[in-house]
Amino acid sequence: MAGPVVIAGAGQGGLQAAISLRQAGFDGPVTLIGSEPGLPYQRPPLSKAYLKDGDADALALRPQSFFETKDVTYLPETTVTRIDRDAGRVEVTGPAGDSALPYENLVLATGTRNMRPPIEGLEHACDLRTLADARTLRGRLDAPRRIAVIGGGFIGLEFAAVAVKQGHEVAVIEAAPRLMARAVSPLMSNRFATLHRDWGAELFLGQPAVSVDEAGVTLADGTRVPADFVLLAAGVQPNVELAEDAGLETANGIRVDTRLRTSDPAIAALGDCASFPDPRTGRHVRLESVQAATDHARLIAARIAGDDPDGPDYAAVPWFWSDQGDRKLQIAGFAGGPDTTDEAVTENVVARFDAHGLAAVETINAARVHMKVRRMLASGDPIELSLLEELAAA
Amino acid sequence: MVKVTYVAHDGESTTIDAEEGASVMKTAVSNDVDGIVGECGGSMMCATCHCYVDEAWADKVGTRSDDEDDMLEGATSEVTERSRLSCQIKLTPELDGLVVHLPEDQI
Repeated sequence: MAGPVVIAGAGQGGLQAAISLRQAGFDGPVTLIGSEPGLPYQRPPLSKAYLKDGDADALALRPQSFFETKDVTYLPETTVTRIDRDAGRVEVTGPAGDSALPYENLVLATGTRNMRPPIEGLEHACDLRTLADARTLRGRLDAPRRIAVIGGGFIGLEFAAVAVKQGHEVAVIEAAPRLMARAVSPLMSNRFATLHRDWGAELFLGQPAVSVDEAGVTLADGTRVPADFVLLAAGVQPNVELAEDAGLETANGIRVDTRLRTSDPAIAALGDCASFPDPRTGRHVRLESVQAATDHARLIAARIAGDDPDGPDYAAVPWFWSDQGDRKLQIAGFAGGPDTTDEAVTENVVARFDAHGLAAVETINAARVHMKVRRMLASGDPIELSLLEELAAA
Repeated sequence: MVKVTYVAHDGESTTIDAEEGASVMKTAVSNDVDGIVGECGGSMMCATCHCYVDEAWADKVGTRSDDEDDMLEGATSEVTERSRLSCQIKLTPELDGLVVHLPEDQI
């Protein structure tokens, strides 16, 4: 029988690693460790469907029976406190007290935590990261409110779109001069700024929040945004401390190679906490997406189960989505370099190029174009702007 | 309860007593039916819950929406006229006994 695999982190990526190990026929012990209570669940709906329907049961990724039938030990409300690389074991603390678990392979799926920018009075703001956060948030939205959202990224804007629709007054505060600045082109940022304003949200761009109190938020230029409820959605930071303490290489995440191994080959890292070589450019990137988490998990599981030193490198095409109001924003590929240039193919399709060619295509309510581009990017063939124009016009 | 049968690509069939109102995708995932991934959780963003509705059930299940059709553009296995995204098929009493066939690959 194969040696034990321990997975630290029971988000979608951690769970996928367990699922994929068993699907690949791995017959050794598998332990999945998560800090939250309950079964592993999907996070994306927390800022979308769950806010509307409040159906927590619908979020579970797998039922309890999965862990029994697949013989996966699941330890909820449990935290890995230390990796002892010399002994090949992790120290954990949970409801059953402290213990140590041996591993032959360790998978770090520790994810991220919400960024806490230096804003005075942040204790007045609500987070939206966990199911517990989302439950609290839902409870606060049962009466009409004046809401300020700190952060104009995917989560803040998805929430804002739902809240405006529910009849709340919503202001979005973004420190950068444009919305979703890390994720999308300026053309898309502007498009969504117009949409959110049309839906009724007020936008404050280019001014960071400096303080929060019971009556609202104050911005750096002194602007006062009145609010009786404040949501903090100012981005996340990777949970790398466990890896750092164990002497693993980190730089904007836990650094891994093309086969998603950390500087210790017995330890892999995946998903939001991992900084991996972008297959297209070779540049190390860290992506916050379901796609990266699950595709990383599949490769790591295949590698561990197959034990093939010459197996394939990670090569998946990144993709992202965000539902805002009735608009479906989809991004195929990833454009992160400073040399990116953008082309508006149509009002709802933006192409992003860099020195390596087409980096990403952003679409609004144009799923067919999105899916075609995903396939084209996966093929590795060069993609000209004219081809995208044909696609978008079809 | 509504019965739904999944026929895997290798011919193995699994019948589940599903909750009324659940989707064909969610029912598969909740019952450890391999062959349906449902990566995006039913947001019609991934096309990894592709299935082929059995010919006998085609009329009752109905046709796919334009959005679904667009996403199927990226399905890994062959798309036929019976292809659907199983997250978009809700199990109503009329669909009791439904049979769907699963593709070889979802990813």
